[in-house]
Amino acid sequence: MDKITRFSSRTVVLPQSDIDTDQIVPARFLTTTTRKGLGKALFADWRYDKTGQPRADFALNRPEAAGCSILVAGNNFGCGSSREHAPWALLDFGIRAVISTGIADIFRNNSLKNGLVPVIVDAATHGWLLANPGAEVTVDVESRTLGLPGDRRVEFPLDGFSRYCLLNGVDQLGYLLKQADAISRFEKERAWQP
Amino acid sequence: MNARSLFEKVWQDHQVVAETADAPAVLYIDLHLTHEVTTPEAFNVLKSRGLAVRRPDLTLATLDHSTPTVPVRSLKDLERVAESSAAAQIRVMIENCREAGIRLLDFDSDQRGIVHVIGPELGITQPGKTIVCGDSHTSTHGAFGALAFGIGTTEVGHVLATQCLLQRKPKTLAINVSGRLVPGVTAKDIILAIIGRIGVGGGTGHVIEYRGEAIAALSMDARMTVCNMSIEAGARAGMIAPDDVTFQYLQGRPMAPAGAAWDQAVKRWRGLPSDADCHFDREVSLDVSRLAPMITFGTNPGMVIPIDAAVPADSGDSSFRKSLEYMGVEAGKPMLGRPVDVVFIGSCTNSRLSDLRDAANLLRGRKVAPSVRALVVPGSQATKKQAEAEGLDKIFTAAGAEWRESGCSMCLGMNGDTVGRGQLCVSTSNRNFEGRQGIGARTVLASPLTAAATAVAGRISDPRELLAR
Ligand code: SF4
Repeated sequence: MDKITRFSSRTVVLPQSDIDTDQIVPARFLTTTTRKGLGKALFADWRYDKTGQPRADFALNRPEAAGCSILVAGNNFGCGSSREHAPWALLDFGIRAVISTGIADIFRNNSLKNGLVPVIVDAATHGWLLANPGAEVTVDVESRTLGLPGDRRVEFPLDGFSRYCLLNGVDQLGYLLKQADAISRFEKERAWQP
Repeated sequence: MNARSLFEKVWQDHQVVAETADAPAVLYIDLHLTHEVTTPEAFNVLKSRGLAVRRPDLTLATLDHSTPTVPVRSLKDLERVAESSAAAQIRVMIENCREAGIRLLDFDSDQRGIVHVIGPELGITQPGKTIVCGDSHTSTHGAFGALAFGIGTTEVGHVLATQCLLQRKPKTLAINVSGRLVPGVTAKDIILAIIGRIGVGGGTGHVIEYRGEAIAALSMDARMTVCNMSIEAGARAGMIAPDDVTFQYLQGRPMAPAGAAWDQAVKRWRGLPSDADCHFDREVSLDVSRLAPMITFGTNPGMVIPIDAAVPADSGDSSFRKSLEYMGVEAGKPMLGRPVDVVFIGSCTNSRLSDLRDAANLLRGRKVAPSVRALVVPGSQATKKQAEAEGLDKIFTAAGAEWRESGCSMCLGMNGDTVGRGQLCVSTSNRNFEGRQGIGARTVLASPLTAAATAVAGRISDPRELLAR
């Protein structure tokens, strides 16, 4: 995983709440055996019309969304299934952070493992971001802050371990593999065997 | 020792390394369930790093998600009926399992089925275990007093390689359910009512423990229905304390302990229920004695009403409006009586024997309305066989419903079973998301009783009326 310290971008906004992983990547795209190339499936049923043409009125298709790497979404983003294809698709499309008032647990976990930064903000900040699509913002993993226009900054929650992993590009499997002795001991000494 | 909840006990029993302020806990996993959709990329990662599967003996694999529900006995059959990408995915799964020495319930296995149906059925889902799967409805297994939750593909790789996960300890939420259900109202209605109450994000960051007389009175099948949809409230997992109902269900199952090991296990399991004065981070109470059958009207499971109520008034919220527009539903109008195109009875929420019996009870000697396509899909091949031994399949086919091989089927549109654009489907599955059952498909979640009554009438119907006849 690449190291992530800080990045800035204009925002693209999807104001609906409870955007589920079936919207992020519909199930029919899940018959793949790799994580690559899922960007074209991102929000497929919202992005394209019946004939497969991009819908001009969908936020991600508008010219001003080109190059935006920070998505602002309604509350409870990423609810639903455990498919890691959801963060894979967002990353493949070019999204590097999702900002919302609430992000679903499994999606959040999956995102952190792939270097997609989940940014949870308070309702007032969220309201401002929803009302100002295209605002230039900065996600700073180092200081755990979201920088807003006019030098405003709001903190966002990010536990120490996740922050460390993002900043150093740490691969968590490597970390777990280093626990091999403790795992073997646990297997041997536990009171019952599964 | 401090009073501990069921969750605390299972959590503490599996900490290889305890959580600190700086690092998450290393949590040991007793059972890893896998299926064809979320596993291939995890194997790719293991292979690219030269890693082996640490405990193939604690891993069990099945084919369900992209697997067709028409008869398939071999890969050759599969290539004839499935899309090439789905067939390729299944082939990769079979190869990976063979190489790693993982037991796979393949096409020719009479134990194959939906991953959350087979674990309990085989008796490998047991109280006090930690169980994970690359699937959010792993919460189902919590009905046995296991700590069971869904993980992503990266974490599937972690478990394959180390049998462990890095986890932050979640918070606990007790949902106390009191009262006695009236006939026609089932576990599905309880969980839909709970999600309606706490909302689709209401359980985020929490493990739910369902408690109280109404939960204790449920069968294991019904408890699984409740725990299954914990994730629909955003919860990490759902759990129910194991009791004699649990033990009775498990005893004698192929992979449950036997003989002296059984007695020992039961003794240990009896210590699992939450201590009387333990602490929960949050508590919610619900009385179900007046509960009606519940149905959804929108595009998430929290948009739910009693079947005889009207869709709520327009709140002016844009997400609410968008959702109603997608569903073709009007604020303030009833759902009852709306014509439907499809009825789906199946999925890991409601495809067990008791669900099929419920549906068959209402369909016996009746016909599915001619305008309706009704699909009944048992959760596993074993369930299918049992249902056939009871003659349930005959009841369904005589009524004009389709009777299929096991699998996820119409729960998600990736195996050939889909609902058409704009069609309305009353479904016993767990997600009414836009497009979940097919592009443009409209889903109304309900119990098997409500689904069966609806199939007969051709329109959304209250099963209590049919039961009263
Ligand atoms: S039946 Fe539906 S919810 Fe259950 S495992 Fe299959 S796809 Fe997932």
